[in-house]
Amino acid sequence: MATSPSADLKAQNVDRDTLTESPLRTSHSFTQRRFFRWGEWIAEQLTRLIAFSTIAVIGLIFLFIAREAIGVFSAHDTYPSPPSQATPEVYGAEPPEAASPEVYNPEAEPAQPTTERLSSPAAGNTPSQQPLPLLQNLLSTTWQPVSAQPKYGLLPLITGSLKVTVIALLLATPIGVLAAIFVAFFAPLWLREAIKPIVELLAGFPSVVIGFFCLMVVGSFVQETLGTTYRLNAFVAGIGLAIAIVPVIFTIAEDGLANLPRQLWEAGLALGARPWQVVARILVPAATPALFAAVLLGFGRSFGETMIVLMASGNAPLLSWSPVEPVRTMAATIGAEMGEVVWGSLHYSILFLIGLLLFAVTFTLNSIAELWVRQRLLKRFRGLTT
Amino acid sequence: MTQRYGFQREWSWQTLVGVAFVATTALAACCLLGLSISLLGHFSIGGLPHVTWEFLTEAPRNNNTEGGIFPAIYGTVLLVILMTLLGVPVGTVTAIYLVEYAREDAAFTRWVRFGVNTLAGVPSIVFGLFGLGFFVQFVGKGIDRLLGLELMWGKPALIWAAATLAVLTLPVVIVSVEEALRSVPRQLREAALALGATRWQMIRRVVLPHAFTGVLTGSILAVSRGAGEVAPIMFVGAAYSLPELPKGLTSQFMELGYHLFVLSTQSPDVEATRPLQYATTVVLLLTTFALNLTAILLRLNMRRRQLMNR
Repeated sequence: MATSPSADLKAQNVDRDTLTESPLRTSHSFTQRRFFRWGEWIAEQLTRLIAFSTIAVIGLIFLFIAREAIGVFSAHDTYPSPPSQATPEVYGAEPPEAASPEVYNPEAEPAQPTTERLSSPAAGNTPSQQPLPLLQNLLSTTWQPVSAQPKYGLLPLITGSLKVTVIALLLATPIGVLAAIFVAFFAPLWLREAIKPIVELLAGFPSVVIGFFCLMVVGSFVQETLGTTYRLNAFVAGIGLAIAIVPVIFTIAEDGLANLPRQLWEAGLALGARPWQVVARILVPAATPALFAAVLLGFGRSFGETMIVLMASGNAPLLSWSPVEPVRTMAATIGAEMGEVVWGSLHYSILFLIGLLLFAVTFTLNSIAELWVRQRLLKRFRGLTT
Repeated sequence: MTQRYGFQREWSWQTLVGVAFVATTALAACCLLGLSISLLGHFSIGGLPHVTWEFLTEAPRNNNTEGGIFPAIYGTVLLVILMTLLGVPVGTVTAIYLVEYAREDAAFTRWVRFGVNTLAGVPSIVFGLFGLGFFVQFVGKGIDRLLGLELMWGKPALIWAAATLAVLTLPVVIVSVEEALRSVPRQLREAALALGATRWQMIRRVVLPHAFTGVLTGSILAVSRGAGEVAPIMFVGAAYSLPELPKGLTSQFMELGYHLFVLSTQSPDVEATRPLQYATTVVLLLTTFALNLTAILLRLNMRRRQLMNR
């Protein structure tokens, strides 16, 4: 296996680590032996301060999304409260489009009876006109923020996000990892040089374009081949997300595989194993942490993706596990409703709460991928190479 | 592949499994290639014939169903320039710190790296919420209160969208500038220090000029990423349709990606605007790819030089 450009970089990193004791690294011995320079000190402290901004931004994101989300406890609905003689069928029978009238998707219209069926009697048909207690409202099974009695059940959104993400991972992981194995171990050099830029090209597709592609092509294709009732559904969105995350999974997996120590490959062959046996039994298991990281980052990316899901999923907040029904995810909900919402209302705060939830999930995934997987990988490599 | 070993293996079922295994991986790679090519082909065939001079230079008419996309192109360019001005200096300085000053084993360095990686993984819609909650609601309203203005900065505006995108593209800039700085040969640094330059003089006069290509690559990659992002700017300043071009930092603007979203999902007559949608996609894709291609070529050149220096 040949070394890729990134392998060269890795090697240089190791060089730098071992260089720590060289005079170049211990800068202070240089400058202090002459005399203390204020300009130098200021330059170093300024760069350090600006470098700190990356950490500060993470803190600010958390802080300011939480600040807007805190209104959940104090804000009130600004929608006109229903008169007491309101007919009970107003809520529960509200078509899902009421939640996002601005999103064009006629395909989801027949979904109305499904919502009715799915809305639980406890949340949907309470006879009292009092607004539901907050926690009960958030944990209910109906998302209907614009109605006589707004319902902010997050469950359909969370399951929706999970559903499309799982579909995307099921499609993208095998293709990404297998293609990475091919490129890292079996492909001739010219093919490798050709595939990598093309995948980089695929990674450069803006997500709104992939969403448009799903809206135009994938939706009709899926409906024709699978005969689904709705043209835009969770499966179509899953395909779109898979297109978006396949380059991510491929790149990280290929990087991990190509940077495995040469000795593994050589020792395997020397022991008489066939190339494919070395790959399948030694190299791929050795790179499990990298593959795991690839899948984790793919999960994070598709869990938080907005435009593809907004355009291709049908956007009906249904609580169901069927992969061919329209679906609404957390990110798409923010994207669709934030533009119309009244600033400072309960609805607004809850959208920020969803954002906080999204941030927390991706932050956790990233931390796991970063701290656990990288450390393991590093230890494994050090144990093998030194 | 057997001739590599110099001896002949007898045929067994293992050979068959091996062929099947390699064929499966090759098939996956072909899937990936086919996907890229079919996406490209679909949009080129569907959109290129509709990209005309009028389309590029006219404003949309009749509720976005006729006319061109000039305001969207103009808005995108303006947005991206502002974003570069705000984001690239910060990213470059951070990369300088990481490469030139930071000690690899220090806790602070590890935290900065962790911050960069985390920032790269935050969903773009969360950046949109951050832009709304921080830049518009906190910074913008704060400026208004400070200057005693009615409502000038505390609303969605071009400058806040650019700032949001600058934060979003920060990791892209940092990573590629870092790579560029690391590719500057050690001998150059040592020579500069040996000649009596201070550390900052060395960075300023020797390292940075050599890493200029890298800074450029980082900026281009950031621009290509920023130009394609829609989710973060949807409610931080991008407008559905505007009769005039943005006048200043606080006006709203049209953007290519958002325009495509509006055309394809919220137009009064979606079927009639099909050609407009495809043409917009092609313009967006061409912009992104031209930028990406430049960045890839620059980086390839840089890596080659780096290999020669070793």
